[in-house]
Amino acid sequence: MISRLFKFSGGVHPPEHKLESTGQPIQVLPVSGTLVLPLRQHVGNLPKILVQPGDHVLKGQLLAEAVGAISAAVHAPTSGTIVSIEDQSIPHPSGLPDVSITLNPDGENRWMPLNPTDWRQRDRAEMISSLRVSGIVGMGGAAFPTQIKLRPGGGSGIKTLIINGAECEPYITCDDMLMRERADEIVRGIEIAHYLLGPEKCIVGIEDNKPEAERAMREACARSAVKIDVAVVPTLYPSGDARRLTALLTGIEVPSDKRSSDVGIQVFNVATMTAVYRYFSLGETVVSRIVTVTGNVARPGNFEVPLGTPMTALLEAAGGELPNTNGLIMGGPMMGFSLPSMQVPVIKATNCIIASAPRLFPAPPPVLPCIRCARCADACPVSLQPQELYWFAKSQNLDKAREYKLFDCIECGCCSYVCPSNIPLVQYYRFAKSEIIAQDKAKEAANLARERNEFRLERIEREKQERAAKHAQRAAGAKAESADADADAAKKAAIAAAMERAKAQKAEVQPKNTEDLSDAAKAEVAAIDVRRAEATAAEPEAANVVKEKQENG
Amino acid sequence: MLTALLVMLGLALLLGIVLGYSALKFKVEGDPLVDKIDAILPQTQCGQCGYPGCKPYATAIAKGEADINQCPPGGDSGMRALADLLGVEPKPLNAEHGLPKPKSVAVIDENLCIGCTLCIQACPVDAILGAAKHMHTIIASECTGCELCVAPCPVDCISMEPIQESVANWKWRYPVYSLKQTA
Repeated sequence: MISRLFKFSGGVHPPEHKLESTGQPIQVLPVSGTLVLPLRQHVGNLPKILVQPGDHVLKGQLLAEAVGAISAAVHAPTSGTIVSIEDQSIPHPSGLPDVSITLNPDGENRWMPLNPTDWRQRDRAEMISSLRVSGIVGMGGAAFPTQIKLRPGGGSGIKTLIINGAECEPYITCDDMLMRERADEIVRGIEIAHYLLGPEKCIVGIEDNKPEAERAMREACARSAVKIDVAVVPTLYPSGDARRLTALLTGIEVPSDKRSSDVGIQVFNVATMTAVYRYFSLGETVVSRIVTVTGNVARPGNFEVPLGTPMTALLEAAGGELPNTNGLIMGGPMMGFSLPSMQVPVIKATNCIIASAPRLFPAPPPVLPCIRCARCADACPVSLQPQELYWFAKSQNLDKAREYKLFDCIECGCCSYVCPSNIPLVQYYRFAKSEIIAQDKAKEAANLARERNEFRLERIEREKQERAAKHAQRAAGAKAESADADADAAKKAAIAAAMERAKAQKAEVQPKNTEDLSDAAKAEVAAIDVRRAEATAAEPEAANVVKEKQENG
Repeated sequence: MLTALLVMLGLALLLGIVLGYSALKFKVEGDPLVDKIDAILPQTQCGQCGYPGCKPYATAIAKGEADINQCPPGGDSGMRALADLLGVEPKPLNAEHGLPKPKSVAVIDENLCIGCTLCIQACPVDAILGAAKHMHTIIASECTGCELCVAPCPVDCISMEPIQESVANWKWRYPVYSLKQTA
């Protein structure tokens, strides 16, 4: 038993509107029409598609596998044929289309071969790694991949396991109905989580506006071999926020820059526990979820629907929308967002669909200036200063907003709810947050570009130097060659000198045939010599005459 | 008297040594102002400012040779951040250096590319992949949208595609609501 409960500051009491949708048991809806499965159903990386249009798949078959650490797989919610893989309208506040797999059911709804296992015999690490293909994400609406949170015991350091059944947001009753009807499944899931994490304590937190769920859970927990406490917390929005529930049950406030697992606490939604049970004990991957359909519809209730079912099919199951319906809200009235169309599919994060109408959500009264009454600060469950954040976000003073811990804001909407001036405060915070995130991304991209540019300049410089070095080397080679040429020249000179010497020697030697000549021959030679001398004397003169002529002419 | 002199002399020596040591030990590498300016610039390395990259432009601003309104990719907000940093009056962007455009990435028409490598040589951030006589392609995540690869292409196969808004890069809008009309 929990000895005592703690408190968190702030919080509001909006009208609950929960009774409308708890009147009838959960209805299991059959597959109807084509199913559209967006790849973006969770926080983190987009999964990688493994199928092609035309492929026939079985229920539970892996269609897209997780990529990177934070990512989740997507499975076929029924057997059928893949029709297309293209951008389609998805439930996202942007209203923009995104990559989705369209599946045309064959009507057989045939499961792929399931292999139910006894998880008590299995290795913890192996179970965790197999969670990667389970497609399980936080089913409370945050859709954070569960494999990250279920790291095995011992090293995990998790001392307290908290199961979140608070479901504090108005209108939503899917967890309430799940606890009432399938408490045993939840408890078996908790046993598996307990086996994996090995905590000292295990607490289920339920708000006091769900007595039936509390009773069912108490009975189921009593039947369990694991000691699980059920704690009832007072109804106060947003006690279902993981950190608020942690504070309520343990008195520990998780530091803003840390995860709850850093302080030995892990929090799971009740529906996530059911998914864990179904995966490990039955072998079923995530192919459906329970959705509350309420608001301006004829028969509000909870429905277990295959993922990818269009919202229109849900509305039809709830008796159709009543006149004056002016749109759909996914999630609750406090934190939800308007859907871009009624055709968008149910995804893993779809916990509630509210058909809005002026009678339920009248047009907001005109916005008045902030009068600094600080009611928002009193209501803020995170103890922020919403009025300051409002000024900074409004003036786009983003650094200052960050300094005032804008990112600790959980966007619960308590501040907007209590604001007497009807200022849409959360819209300002969302704007400022996404602006800051975009700026950070741009800064990161700029840093990357700078790094790459610097590397390129460095590379160009290095190549230049290498080229210069190569040139220098080649030049040095050429010089060596010219040294060779010098050697050649020396050799040539030596040869020339030798030839010269030989010539001189030859000149010194008198011709042999001039010896022993007759007198007549000697006289003839002398005459010839005289003639030759005369001729050589005359020639330069003639040459001179010619030269003079040229110069004068 | 002498003691006082010695004490002062000793102090002067000691402080001199400390100052001299710290001047060496804590020497500031590079110009911190240039780095601060460079951190504000968008690092597109497009050269529209008239300098061959963001760092040279930052250096020129720090030296007082360039004005703060020469960077179209940085836009009005970049110019204001520079004005804030340098303590000067903001001024409108100089249209001579071009006008701000929506952020885009270069796309190579791979059917037309002849593999001339001219764009690879032009890319300031090595965001183009390819080799001589082989088709080139742009690494979109590294592309700064500087458009420097567009001009050198001899077959005009590079075009600039504005980045479309998608679920991944979508931002919440600034809240707009009408005020109550009176009288």
